Amino acid sequence: MNEHRAPVSYADNGPANLADILERVLDKGVVIAGDIRINLLDIELLTIKLRLIVVSVDKAKEMGIDWWENDPALSSGARSNSHGTPRIRESDDERRELRERRELREEERRGEPR
Amino acid sequence: MKDMPQRYVYAYAVTRDCAAVAGALETVTGVAAEPVGGVRHLGLMALAGRVPAAEYDEGALSERLEDLPWLEGVARAHQRVVDAVTAAGPCVLPLRLATVFHDEAGVRAMLEDRGQQLRSALDRLDGRTEWGVKVYAPEPTAAPRPPAPRATTSGRDYLRRRAAERHAHQEGERRAGEAARGIHTTLAALAEETRLYPPQNPALSRHPGRNVLNAAYLVPWDSAPHFTSAVTGLAEHAPGDGLRVELTGPWAPYSFVTPDTP
Repeated sequence: MNEHRAPVSYADNGPANLADILERVLDKGVVIAGDIRINLLDIELLTIKLRLIVVSVDKAKEMGIDWWENDPALSSGARSNSHGTPRIRESDDERRELRERRELREEERRGEPR
Repeated sequence: MKDMPQRYVYAYAVTRDCAAVAGALETVTGVAAEPVGGVRHLGLMALAGRVPAAEYDEGALSERLEDLPWLEGVARAHQRVVDAVTAAGPCVLPLRLATVFHDEAGVRAMLEDRGQQLRSALDRLDGRTEWGVKVYAPEPTAAPRPPAPRATTSGRDYLRRRAAERHAHQEGERRAGEAARGIHTTLAALAEETRLYPPQNPALSRHPGRNVLNAAYLVPWDSAPHFTSAVTGLAEHAPGDGLRVELTGPWAPYSFVTPDTP
């Protein structure tokens, strides 16, 4: 049928980066329970577990494996907006911004001549 | 007592049973550097290899999945097998990492149980591949940790300066988000389906900049040249908006094995 017409690889950046591969092989693809039953639940939990071990494993920190923190399914900190573009700002920034805005308002109120 | 089997069967992907698949498998090795073959049943074929049972039984797997260098090796090998067959042309349905069976009979039982779902996905995705597009914006410059206010600066001036910086930062983010949305809209019109991923961590992807769009597009082979040249065009235009566009693929249709249910 369509054989031999598959598009050629567009690998101008060398081998695919680990993040591209992990987000596909761990999180996508056909989910089938093999005979080794643990793997389904395990991989469901893996994304969460990796967030936890990232604290204790230097190698993980080097690799920066915490992109799962941005997973809307796992975190309320980075939900996509209605247009589907991921939100950028992090909740720490939001908290700091709110605090500083409040402080500025107070400073200005205090500085105003009566 | 029954002996433990020395080997389990690791299944990588499912395709239709065809000669091109067998040919593509001749040179590829799997997660345990083992040869990968096809387990055929009812017109389907599972790409599978024999892996050491000690490494892939329940206990070992749950520990090793958290061993990051091991995980990377397995993920890359899994992808290598899927890639080799995808490049040969047949539609490949990748299975999720670490789908492991006791033996070939278990694989055939799976092909039988899930046959209808697998065939319908193969029909839907035949002649299509997945392309990944990521858009990067420059690292934020206005929102780093604020320096401590100097003695010569009043608290109010400091806070005002911070507010101005924040405004510039938000404006930059708004523009980057808008441009990324425009790119996604353009490409979505050229694709049959799209999926949005969470942004990638720059340390893991080893790319400079902030990932503001991370999307997958399902594109028929015939439209692939059109799609990739559209991405190239957007990539050439992007630096004007301070953005960088990156294309990866073609991937097996990982992101699209489950139909979109709006």
